[in-house]
Amino acid sequence: MNRQFLTERPIDLELLISRVESDERGGIAVFLGTVRNHHGGRAVERLEYSAYGPMAEAECARIVAEAERTWGTTVAVEHRIGALGIGDVSVAVAAAAAHRDEAFAACRYVIEEMKRRVPIWKREYYADGTVAWVDPTAPGGIHLSEERTL
Amino acid sequence: MTENRPSVTLTVQFLARYAELVGAESTSITVRAPATVAHVLGIVRSQFPGARQIPDRPLVALNLAQVDLSTVVSNGDQLALLPPVAGG
Repeated sequence: MNRQFLTERPIDLELLISRVESDERGGIAVFLGTVRNHHGGRAVERLEYSAYGPMAEAECARIVAEAERTWGTTVAVEHRIGALGIGDVSVAVAAAAAHRDEAFAACRYVIEEMKRRVPIWKREYYADGTVAWVDPTAPGGIHLSEERTL
Repeated sequence: MTENRPSVTLTVQFLARYAELVGAESTSITVRAPATVAHVLGIVRSQFPGARQIPDRPLVALNLAQVDLSTVVSNGDQLALLPPVAGG
């Protein structure tokens, strides 16, 4: 199987869901992460995702396999890379199971583990012309990297 | 090299913000064997002043899997220094 988890194109939700649906699965849980227009009191205008591609693909594959094994689900995941605007879908998870409990549990597990383990990074471009790397471990959650004149 | 100890040459990649701090995306490091990830990090810090801003114990991947600093490196390894992840 040669799945691509990272994509530079908009995520096709219908296609993602079609990859997990089947007659014996009665529940599909879907999570969408979207680009927020604020962070730590700053107005965000757009952002850029970058990844350590080969490792991100491998880590996503491991997380999906864990969820499928643990809950007997089928899971599909895509994460955007590159430039995104406010409201764009940055990540989508679809988990299908015979019943909803397993679908919800698997979907939740996959998004939490992705945020914890997959080497993807985010640069935020603010309305005041500054740019920062988002770092959940840093004070204030960001490292301002440069001043920009727009 | 005048000593008999073999050396190990590996690629070190700097990802995202770390590439910005270091001013490079990757470099080749040669270190005397046996060497750990921590040894390699020490050499990187001595060669790239910007790398001194990388935390003492960064996230490190060796050949696409996360490892700790005591892991022994081998010839041809791909070592990557990863900032705290922020996807989703």
